[in-house]
Amino acid sequence: MRAWRGLGAFLAALPVLLLAAVFALSGCDNSPHPAGEAATNTFYSAFSERSPRHLDPVASYWNQDTPYTYGIYEPPYGYHYLKRPFELVPKVAEAVVEPVYLDKAGQRLPADAPGEQVAESVYDIRIKPGVLFQPHPAFAKDAQGRYAYHTDHALTAQQVGARRSPLDFEQQGTRELVAEDFVYGLKRHATTRVTTPVSGIFAEFIVGLRDYIGLIKREDAKLRAGLDPASLDRPFLDFRRWPLAGVSAPEKHLLRIRILGKYPQWKYWMAMPFVAPMPWEADAFYAQPGMARNGLSIDRWPVGTGPYMLVEYQQDRRHVLQRNPNFRVDTYPCEGMPGDREAGLLDDCGRRLPFIDRYVMAIEKEGTSVKAKFRQGFIDTPVIESSSTGLDYLVEAQDSEDIQREYQTKGFQLTKTADLSIWLLGFNMLDPVIGYGATAEEQERHRKLRQAISIALDWEEWNRIFPKRSGTTGMSPLPPGVFGSRQGTPEGLNPVTHRLVNGEVQRRSLAEAKQLMVEAGYPDGRDARSGQPLVLNYDYYAALTPGVKAECEWVIKQFAKLGIQLELRATDNNQFQDKVRKGKHQIFWSGWLADYPDAENFLFLLYGPNGKTRADGENTANYGVPAFDERFQRLKYLDDGPAKQALIDEMVAIVQRDAPWSFTYVPWGSGAVQPWVRNARIPILIKDHLKYYRLDSAQRVARQAEWNRPTLWPVGVGALLLALLGGAGWRAWRQRELATARPPRVAEPLIRERS
Amino acid sequence: MLRYTLRRLLYGFLILLGVNLATFVLFFQVNTPDDMARLNIGGKRVTPELITKWKVERGYDRPMYWNDAAAGSERLTRTIFWERSVSLFALEFGRADSESAGDIGAEVRERMAVSLKLALPVFLLQLIASTAFALGLVFFRGTRIDFWGVVLCVVMLSISALFYIVVGQYLFARVLKLVPVSGYAGGLSAVKFLVLPVLLSLASRLGAEARLYRAMLLEEIGKDYVRTARAKGLSELRVLARHVLRNAMIPILTSAGGYLPYVFLGSLVFESFFGIPGLGSYVIDAIGGQDFAIVRTMVFLGSLLYILSYILVDLAYTWVDPRVRLN
Repeated sequence: MRAWRGLGAFLAALPVLLLAAVFALSGCDNSPHPAGEAATNTFYSAFSERSPRHLDPVASYWNQDTPYTYGIYEPPYGYHYLKRPFELVPKVAEAVVEPVYLDKAGQRLPADAPGEQVAESVYDIRIKPGVLFQPHPAFAKDAQGRYAYHTDHALTAQQVGARRSPLDFEQQGTRELVAEDFVYGLKRHATTRVTTPVSGIFAEFIVGLRDYIGLIKREDAKLRAGLDPASLDRPFLDFRRWPLAGVSAPEKHLLRIRILGKYPQWKYWMAMPFVAPMPWEADAFYAQPGMARNGLSIDRWPVGTGPYMLVEYQQDRRHVLQRNPNFRVDTYPCEGMPGDREAGLLDDCGRRLPFIDRYVMAIEKEGTSVKAKFRQGFIDTPVIESSSTGLDYLVEAQDSEDIQREYQTKGFQLTKTADLSIWLLGFNMLDPVIGYGATAEEQERHRKLRQAISIALDWEEWNRIFPKRSGTTGMSPLPPGVFGSRQGTPEGLNPVTHRLVNGEVQRRSLAEAKQLMVEAGYPDGRDARSGQPLVLNYDYYAALTPGVKAECEWVIKQFAKLGIQLELRATDNNQFQDKVRKGKHQIFWSGWLADYPDAENFLFLLYGPNGKTRADGENTANYGVPAFDERFQRLKYLDDGPAKQALIDEMVAIVQRDAPWSFTYVPWGSGAVQPWVRNARIPILIKDHLKYYRLDSAQRVARQAEWNRPTLWPVGVGALLLALLGGAGWRAWRQRELATARPPRVAEPLIRERS
Repeated sequence: MLRYTLRRLLYGFLILLGVNLATFVLFFQVNTPDDMARLNIGGKRVTPELITKWKVERGYDRPMYWNDAAAGSERLTRTIFWERSVSLFALEFGRADSESAGDIGAEVRERMAVSLKLALPVFLLQLIASTAFALGLVFFRGTRIDFWGVVLCVVMLSISALFYIVVGQYLFARVLKLVPVSGYAGGLSAVKFLVLPVLLSLASRLGAEARLYRAMLLEEIGKDYVRTARAKGLSELRVLARHVLRNAMIPILTSAGGYLPYVFLGSLVFESFFGIPGLGSYVIDAIGGQDFAIVRTMVFLGSLLYILSYILVDLAYTWVDPRVRLN
């Protein structure tokens, strides 16, 4: 009996013990980081979908790659961190140079020579001496000065063994950066080892690159003759063996790049990792057998001269960047824009970069988890490379006073400004209904149809309804921040869709749109000749999630205002791309994130020869008229100035009138950063911002403790309730167990008393 | 028994072959190698040359099932189907389709260990808790405790696992601040990240399992041997635990066996929501990225584990009930 009671007491106490054990084990601590980490100089952020696509500088073209590629590699140039409009500054180059122009005879031309006369632009870039690569086994040498892990001591797959990181190799080394490393890096755009997304465009401009790509293909075929093309182990493609005419190193620290014709935008490419140096040793090291199988490649473990180096790579889980001990002397800028000093952005003037020792980026697939951790102070900024993280928080603060109070009390830095990107609703100009039209009369009618739709699409309303996907109403293909853009000024309004009334920009009325519909031959959305309703297709490029569905339905309603029936045809992106290549699309949604701050990088999306259907280019609308294309050719040669501005104005006017796009909205760039992070700016175009950030770790520790005091009493109450329940259950169990088969009766008296 | 096992293994092999073929056909019906290339290369400046290069490097430029350009047996073996699908039977998973991703086998091994840390405690606790709860209800059969217990089970099984996750994360991680919202760490630190998903996973399945087990136990409780046991003077606890439970083990084993593959493969939902880098989240990522190499590997592994689990369950029947003969 006593044993049973003991068991009962144990069972009743079990839930309490269980809960106590669980929370004791977990330490009643909701921090996702190891104890004491908050006090270190480590920055925490997240990534939402997957690991970076590529870290190889010739392959990387995704925004999610940029914190790593811009942190690890250093191209010749970068952008000034604070000055706007964007200004190029030297990184490992001594200075931002002006090219020398040559004519067909090789004679030097003046700097203002017309672009048509320029046969070649020569960029002579002096590289800073004394810049060192990060520590890496590819540079390690033995006592005799021979490479320890390749070339002189080539490794076998067995010797590589289970090593999965360059840090697993005992010896590390470094060497000085020389111009030949840039030559080697640029030659690698011809590689057959990884996909090189800009090799096509580089081949148009770098002298000899197109032929070089063919040469490397042939040489690689020779090297791989008889080998399985799908094998992970591929022979070393030593680009030093094959010279590239357009890129050379006449001196140890002098890089010469020859560009075909005049191409002023080339300077911007030199601020991107596509032009980063690559030591041949790294290529030789990673090309050895067994490396690729263990994930050892430049695409995962880059080698650079930048402020950071990758020390942890867990695919789709976690990546850690650590301060490069060999990083050159680089200092925080002392000049900025008006207001920067007051905002404390110049407080670190002249101090050596980088400030932060480690960046830890961990996967967070659910947006709610990221937000919760940010609000608890465990994430210093939600997604470090994103220029749109803050809008969600800003909208939340607008919607709820409690949240606004919380954000203000906690001091979150929530900022927004126009992004250097665009969204657009495009019309396929090859479509017989909405496109150019066959005859002059038809062209005019179709143009009016597109103009009417552009008026009816009320993007001001969109910005109110979808605040998390909002911005300023687009007026042209150019966002602000690009030379030539007049977005946000009265002169910049789109006269087709807007007008100026008492100094205010107003969207044209629906009546005007309907009048255009009449002129287009579709009064009230019906074909004037047949009486049939006008039915158009909206080819959307993604599956319809609830959020996307609401947006698509909004678009359908806008068309319905003109009586047009818009049929939604949502597919996945592959099917959409297939439709686009075949020219079977009609109306579509698209966008563009700038590569560099030049109008050419947006207007080329409307350049005829770039038509998606005809040439598999980036012009999804298949727009192309001689007046625009001819101006675009001239634009490419022009440096920023009045002539370029005038030309851009003409091109914008042509596009506004033809209306191949509805310009939708210029999205907000926005940021969300903790109050203890200093020097934070929204990473628009500038992607090497990691080295400028600074942490106040003491403040972080204090705030995290303040914001995350555990509430224990509900656990106690819960445990007590469970214990009571357990106890009651046990009691009932025992009662039932001890009950007799029949209920006890009161014994009847043998002799009843007679009444 | 040996013949039976061999026969089941042979059937399993045929099923695997069918699943593999079906996965392959369905996948390539929806996605062409060109689609896969385009998705993996990226959105900007994708040229036909890049697509061709991507396909050649992964062997996706070859014919699907039959290679007319090859000679002899290579007509069959130099095809996408053979190289990317049949090789799985030798447990050669190869490399993932995305460019920077490496060996699938290594990734599977690493992630399976993580999935096990979450799913094994869930599996064991689930079995214990559901059985104990069901035994309790059976003990109190026909009483209010039984009635409200069943009501509780129905309520618990009617609620989606997502609801448990959202409420659990909100309550324990955001309001009470007792555990992290999500994340993972190795070693003993994993406990703090796994406590909440384990408890919530347990809660989300407890209602359905306990109700099922209760029904199975009730089937046994009215049988003659139970009455005999009681007539011998055994306590109800002993009757339930030693006699009824043992005789109800076959359906319980069948039910629990169905969960066994997930012990290794992980939970898609829980791993995804709690940021646990197991095989469940690996599959989700692969589907999102249309990485056929990983998807086919995981489908193959899933099928293999299912087949093995059910063979094991069948074999376990003989241990639970010596009257069972496998032939």
